[in-house]
Amino acid sequence: MNLRARIQFAAAAFALALLAFAAPPAVSADKVDPVADEKAFKKFFYDKFPKLKPEDFVNGPYSMDADLYKQWQDKEQFPPYEFSLELGKEMFSKPFKNGKTYGDCFPNKGIGIRQDYPTFDEKEGKVITLELALNRCREANGEPAFSYVRDEMAALTAYMAFTSRGKPFNIKVPNDPRALAAYENGKEYFYTRRGQLNFSCATCHVQSPGERVRTEVLAPALGIVNAMPIYRSEWNGMGTTSRRFTTCNSQIRGVPLTPQDDEYRNVEYYLSYVSNGLPISGPGARP
Amino acid sequence: MRITTLTSIAALLLLGATSALAAGEDDYKAAYAAAEAANKQAASLRNQWTTTASTLAVAKKFADGGDFDKATASAKEAEALAKASIFQATSEKERWRDLEIR
Repeated sequence: MNLRARIQFAAAAFALALLAFAAPPAVSADKVDPVADEKAFKKFFYDKFPKLKPEDFVNGPYSMDADLYKQWQDKEQFPPYEFSLELGKEMFSKPFKNGKTYGDCFPNKGIGIRQDYPTFDEKEGKVITLELALNRCREANGEPAFSYVRDEMAALTAYMAFTSRGKPFNIKVPNDPRALAAYENGKEYFYTRRGQLNFSCATCHVQSPGERVRTEVLAPALGIVNAMPIYRSEWNGMGTTSRRFTTCNSQIRGVPLTPQDDEYRNVEYYLSYVSNGLPISGPGARP
Repeated sequence: MRITTLTSIAALLLLGATSALAAGEDDYKAAYAAAEAANKQAASLRNQWTTTASTLAVAKKFADGGDFDKATASAKEAEALAKASIFQATSEKERWRDLEIR
């Protein structure tokens, strides 16, 4: 082989290597099948807890333990989230300085729409959660954004969830490669082990629902977001979905991401989608 | 005389060995920089551990107090934690599917 042939051979080999190692898109859209995922996800939980009705799963740990269920029923007589609900209703109807309200930012004036969030924004190519939509509404109307982990956001989402109680989750993943990628990335986040304790979300909420971690009974992943936001006795207050995700991360000794980072938006999208058809039960109360 | 000489040699050797083992400020700085670099890489993988940051803080505290032995040891521990978090993030890129409900 002369020098020229050698150079040509090397160039061809290099080109082939480039093709072989060229970074593929993060997610191959043709392999993403949310419908099959939802079916398998539900089957797993229905088989694991054959005595529960599908709608029971939205009650989290209360559906897993008879004594806790009894306590919860008593608690619901005077629900601990009531103060938040009242605050949320007041905030929701109070006009911004420009005279507009939250209702002006949402379909149906924001009433009875919780079950449609997170949604995929085709213009932006990203997942939009209800918390994010609320803050964008504020900012669009000249108001500062609320903290995603504090009481104001919990109160607003509590009220919006309450107006959707009993309505089945209706999350859509359009046939758009970006939406499918967001969904798949959310799934990957859910199953990925992280933190020094080497836990994934699934370690607690797929492998161990009904089991105890210290004094807490772990909730099943199916229906877990239907009850958000929640009053937690452990927190002595209300918690948003963002608060739940970030504290889960720190509990396993992982540094939490920033609330509403893509990973959190995507995992909420995934978890909500696989709970499609189960009723909204938020605001919820948990031990 | 012979015993005194041997004792002196042993003492000198021991002193030499101790000074060889003792970490100085430069050792600490190198260990801390390596730990910080590894933790930065973990951040780029979106997988830092809280314990890495707290161990780095311990290292800095020892260094501020002039205890470079303990400071260096803590910095090395922090680097090991950061490297473990990098390994976790890298291996989980494929391994997460083992847990997936199908």
